[in-house]
Amino acid sequence: MDRISIALSVNGKPYQLAVEPRRLLADVLRRDLGFTGVHLGCEHGVCGACTVLLDGEVVRSCLMFAVQADGYEILTVEGLNTSGELHPVQRAFIEEFGFQCGFCTPGMILSAYRLLQEHPNPSEYEIRRALAGNLCRCTGYVDIVRSVQRAAVLLTQREAYRAP
Amino acid sequence: MKPAPFRYVRPQTRMEAMEALARYGEDAKVLAGGQSLVPLMNLRLARPKVLVDINRVAELGTLERRDGVLILGALVRHRQVERDVRVTEACPILSRAAAHIGFPAVRNRGTVGGSLAHADPAAELGCVLLATGAVVVLESTDGRREVPIEDLFVGPYTTCIRPEELLVEVRVPVFGETTRWGFAEFTRHEGGFALALAACVLHLDGQGRVAAARVAVGGAGPVPVRLREAEQVLQGAPLSEERVAEAASFACAVEGYDDVHAPAWYRQRLAGWLVRRVLQQAVGEEM
Ligand SMILES: Cc1cc2nc3c(=O)[nH]c(=O)nc-3n(C[C@@H](O)[C@H](O)[C@H](O)COP(=O)(O)OP(=O)(O)OC[C@H]3O[C@@H](n4cnc5c(N)ncnc54)[C@H](O)[C@@H]3O)c2cc1C
Ligand code: FES
Ligand code: FES
Repeated sequence: MDRISIALSVNGKPYQLAVEPRRLLADVLRRDLGFTGVHLGCEHGVCGACTVLLDGEVVRSCLMFAVQADGYEILTVEGLNTSGELHPVQRAFIEEFGFQCGFCTPGMILSAYRLLQEHPNPSEYEIRRALAGNLCRCTGYVDIVRSVQRAAVLLTQREAYRAP
Repeated sequence: MKPAPFRYVRPQTRMEAMEALARYGEDAKVLAGGQSLVPLMNLRLARPKVLVDINRVAELGTLERRDGVLILGALVRHRQVERDVRVTEACPILSRAAAHIGFPAVRNRGTVGGSLAHADPAAELGCVLLATGAVVVLESTDGRREVPIEDLFVGPYTTCIRPEELLVEVRVPVFGETTRWGFAEFTRHEGGFALALAACVLHLDGQGRVAAARVAVGGAGPVPVRLREAEQVLQGAPLSEERVAEAASFACAVEGYDDVHAPAWYRQRLAGWLVRRVLQQAVGEEM
């Protein structure tokens, strides 16, 4: 099968590669580029484990072909702590026991990260609505919601600390 | 499971897209948001030989309001329908309905054209556009035709769009000062497909009487349907409790289907209840 060359930016770094058109973005990120934080659960759009940000917006990486991402910027969970320090959303999930097995966690964290960019102080309902497309088979969601609430506080504190 | 191999074509213009469809015919499928097609390919329920990816055709992504019509390009994403002020002002029912399509990640990719072409019986847009009296524009290298939305859906997941045709835009009449509307659906969980949904658009005259009414039900049966008898009941008088109840009773007679999620009688009863809700929303406190 013919391969097509594409250029992607993942977590701020440029990548050039040649892919078969049928390769899903999720598989290219996970297998070809080693971003194993991209998890594959259902592979038909229902579970949200494969969530990544495409030019800043959440998408299912199992429902896009990598050739379609040519020229786009992608953020995976690995891109949240490039400085070596955990991102406040990641810290909040640890502090509030927002995960158990961790399978759903990258998708949860990226969905929460995007929600908090838009709504720095979301209501519980807004949190539940934003995460409704991310299934977790372990936690029962209560601790996840609490983690996002905690993340909102941590992010606000960080902003306050940074303000001149 | 992974999709079977296919040839990937990425046109830059509408004409190139139509030429690709004309060349490959039945072997080709349009790839828009991919939120319905790619799951089918991942499960190998669909194995198109050629994918015509229209995502780089900028002219299909435009949204404009002209001469009392809101024109949504086929590639306008659900997220934009949900949020763009031009939509919330011109046809607020569309924004309300789009917010119920799947999840944020699905709405960021899924498109107006893809939802209509896929023709899921429970899709929000099909039902709501039926209530607005929208017209769908289809184009191929042989020419252009305008299809009233009533004629688009011919069965579950089946439309009158021919393999060589591209759905290019949807034209929706802009709401006026005296337009009233309602939208409601029932799902078991946030973001899930509706077991039934309903929409209405009413135009009032100077005396508060219903001058024109369109009421639609989706999800209950194989295609979204207009409730013409209900519309007749509503016409010519102000909305009253009695008229709403009578109109809603027709919804209980829509064709319903049985599946693992609910029996037909349940969907029909739900439809009746939802029609009542949307008519009550439409009149607000006035009733
Ligand atoms: C988890 C999940 C939940 C969902 N929940 C809902 C929901 O609650 N309500 C709802 O309505 N939808 C829902 N959807 C589906 C919805 O997101 C899609 O928008 C829609 O059904 C398909 O649109 P698309 O742009 O993704 O089309 P694609 O998947 O790209 O294409 C779908 C079909 O339409 C054809 N097509 C696409 N564009 C054109 C065109 N311009 N001209 C001709 N043919 C075309 C394709 O060839 C294909 O056959 C859900 C999807 C997922 C994955
Ligand atoms: S793996 Fe993509 S949504 Fe489940
Ligand atoms: S922590 Fe195990 S699936 Fe969510």
